[in-house]
Amino acid sequence: MIKLTINHQEHSIDASPDMPLLWALRDIVGLTGTKFGCGMAQCGACTVHLNGEAVRSCVTLLSRAAGQEVVTIEGLSPNSDHPLQRAWIEEDVPQCGYCQSGQIMSAAVLLRENPQPTDTDIDNAMSGNICRCGTYPRIRKAIHRAAELQKEGGNK
Amino acid sequence: MTQDVLNTSRRGFLKTGAMLSGSLIISFVVPGAKRLAAMGMPAAEDAAAAVFAPNAYLSIGADGSIQIVLAHVEMGQGIWTTLSMLIAEELDADWQKVKVLHSPPGQPYVHTVYGLQITGGSSTTWSEFDRYRQAGATARTLLVQAAAQKFGVSPADCRTENGEVIAGNKRATYGELAGIAASLPPLTEPVSLRSPGEWKYIGKGVKRLDSPAKVNGTAQFGMDMRFPGLLTAVVAHPPVYGSKVKSFDATKARTVPGVRKVVQIPTGVAVIADNFWAAKKGRAALKVEWENGPNVNIDSVAQLAEFKKLVTTRGDKAAEKGDVTSALSKAAKVLEAEYTFPYLAHTPMEPQNVTVKIADNKCEIWTGTQMPGNDQTVAAKILGFKPEQVNVHTVFLGGGFGRRANFQSDFVSEAVHIAKASGEFIKMVWTREDDIHGGYYRPSFVHKIRAGIDAQGNPIAWEHVLAGQSIMAGTPFAAGMKNNIDEASVEGVSDSPYLSSIPDHYIGLHSPKLELPVLWYRSVGHTHTATAMEGMIDELAHAAGKDPVEYRRALLKDHPRHLAALNLAAEKAGWGKPLPPGRFRGVAVHESFKSYVADVAEVSVDEQGVIKVHRFVCAIDCGLAVNPDGVVAQMESGINFGISTAMYGAITLDKGKVQQSNFHDYRIARMHETPLEIEVHIVNSTEKMGGAGEPGVPPVAPAIANAVFAATGKRMRDLPFCNINLKA
Repeated sequence: MIKLTINHQEHSIDASPDMPLLWALRDIVGLTGTKFGCGMAQCGACTVHLNGEAVRSCVTLLSRAAGQEVVTIEGLSPNSDHPLQRAWIEEDVPQCGYCQSGQIMSAAVLLRENPQPTDTDIDNAMSGNICRCGTYPRIRKAIHRAAELQKEGGNK
Repeated sequence: MTQDVLNTSRRGFLKTGAMLSGSLIISFVVPGAKRLAAMGMPAAEDAAAAVFAPNAYLSIGADGSIQIVLAHVEMGQGIWTTLSMLIAEELDADWQKVKVLHSPPGQPYVHTVYGLQITGGSSTTWSEFDRYRQAGATARTLLVQAAAQKFGVSPADCRTENGEVIAGNKRATYGELAGIAASLPPLTEPVSLRSPGEWKYIGKGVKRLDSPAKVNGTAQFGMDMRFPGLLTAVVAHPPVYGSKVKSFDATKARTVPGVRKVVQIPTGVAVIADNFWAAKKGRAALKVEWENGPNVNIDSVAQLAEFKKLVTTRGDKAAEKGDVTSALSKAAKVLEAEYTFPYLAHTPMEPQNVTVKIADNKCEIWTGTQMPGNDQTVAAKILGFKPEQVNVHTVFLGGGFGRRANFQSDFVSEAVHIAKASGEFIKMVWTREDDIHGGYYRPSFVHKIRAGIDAQGNPIAWEHVLAGQSIMAGTPFAAGMKNNIDEASVEGVSDSPYLSSIPDHYIGLHSPKLELPVLWYRSVGHTHTATAMEGMIDELAHAAGKDPVEYRRALLKDHPRHLAALNLAAEKAGWGKPLPPGRFRGVAVHESFKSYVADVAEVSVDEQGVIKVHRFVCAIDCGLAVNPDGVVAQMESGINFGISTAMYGAITLDKGKVQQSNFHDYRIARMHETPLEIEVHIVNSTEKMGGAGEPGVPPVAPAIANAVFAATGKRMRDLPFCNINLKA
């Protein structure tokens, strides 16, 4: 049994310690918002927060997450109203949508550490997340917009 | 549209889908209804009594909820929103009460032009423009009749607004009227549609209806299917595509905790386990000996040499006018160029996966697919079932780009074989490596062009021979092939607008037959033909000493839609105006899927020869843009997709083995590798409607290549560009 906190809830997971966190989340806990895209930390679709840092859950062993705090897209905000989620909707960012959980989780760390990122800051922070639909221009716009929303009203 | 609607739970999804089918059965005779009944859908009395389903595309519940059933699938291109807009426009629906569903396989959902159930060819909006508006208008007409009956007034005295029918001070919601409406006789006269001046949504657009579910993790893709008792299957595929299992030893694999079964299937050995990780570990522990198939001899270098030999002969005639040989001999100057294109993998972000349950003489399939009807047929054949014993539940596609529209239904077929061989309820999951090694590539092509210009620099002769595998051969679409010509190989060349002004031309095609399967990839033949055509036209402009935009304008003077897109892009890009030092422009214009797109690319090339694309200005004439921001989004998408393809895309084979395996060596453009500025302009057009999903891709590579020529004086004719040394 491996104990960890996922989206502010305690979980005990009965799985092999070498199972990547991604599959523990998806196949065991049932949180399917975190996506499998490459399995080798190349695409970022599986990005979650481990103690507040963006990590690629496809290469993060469950054992490494033991006793730690994990936040997934499902736990990013109580009512899907994180400034990024609102901005993503306002800018019509998603297309197929498969990569967007990971994009948002990466952007959330950027925005927390750098509340007013420049285009270059955004490029640097987001280059680990691939979008095959090429929604990058709208992701950039939405991050700027979320920065504004965050400034205006905090996380509400 | 409420979010809970979009976040319909699996149970809700199935239930509403079934209810809809039930309502179809009670309300109207719809082709396919019997088949749905035969699949064990609930009998009429199980469905809500007052449900009104005037046609297969929408139904209205007693609570006023409106279900829109999509004959096409959402894979990012935005039809979830656009098709719903078409119905809502005519229905006066309350957006808050709209639910959207993908249709099951069925006759009512067959493409209005292509004759099979398919999402492809950038055709959804124009092919459904009338059908979906009619569906909404029919419903509204019947609801008005129902209200007139209820209120004791004439239908002419009724109007509709936001999900209600209003007559004087009387009003009733669509939900309240659904029961009466369902009892009315079907309409005998065609309903009239609203005139453009009355449109509330068409041409204006609404926010994407699928965004809320796609930003909080609740959007359900095939990969996300979860059911009690569902196991995960991972397949050991041969290192050379199409090879067969000679023997295997699963002793070790079976000892991996969580592994339940190991079964042989036609395409490999499947390891079935409690979860993906156990299945993948089980696969790693398998020992498989393979019997090499015909693809073991494929070598990309040798194949390219072979194709280059082929294009020195004329091939099958795709188009011809006058006497090109004689015209070339009289030209003031003849330019010769060879363009080469590798195989490409589609790599949608969601790797292929299919969930299959076979029980009680029925097969249930959950997947993201562009051709659910074909998948149904293929699955039925494998199982010895009738098609109506197979149902396909289409969920969101995590990208398609053509890979999920396959007449072989390779992914569905493999999963059905696993379920059949194992007797288990399984979700087959491909890894990214399985996806990249999984065949069905954009075919590799070689183009050889000889173009002659006269003393003024005008093209007078054009000889163009292509070599590459046919996509359509062996598919039902092959029936449309004439004189051995697959239009998907030569589209964009044989029908090029430039040829109409070139008196003597010849277009020839070689279609070598190889066992490695090929497939349409976003924009199909135009992925390569636009690069060759727009590259060569640029070469001619340079040889003629003319400005690339001016040169094209003159040649396209009788092609107003090309011209409109070209002029708009050039104007908005500031063509001819000074640029910051080190920056250069390139232009390309190309028609595909009935839309006309021009791009101006702005690039720089550094001392290391690295290309940076700074800006793209795009103009499209797609006729009426039903959802303009959706069109803009597809152009942005096409530009970035086109950049990946142009800069990095290549699948190469050595002794039959694909040499790439994941995103580290099959690269997709990342944010910092895409232009900071992308501007899209829509030509104000009342011309025939065209598509948007694909037409943004073809002009991207030539616009970049032409800009790089302006920067360096070097022509890039061999894709992908990252392999070209621009240093020195």
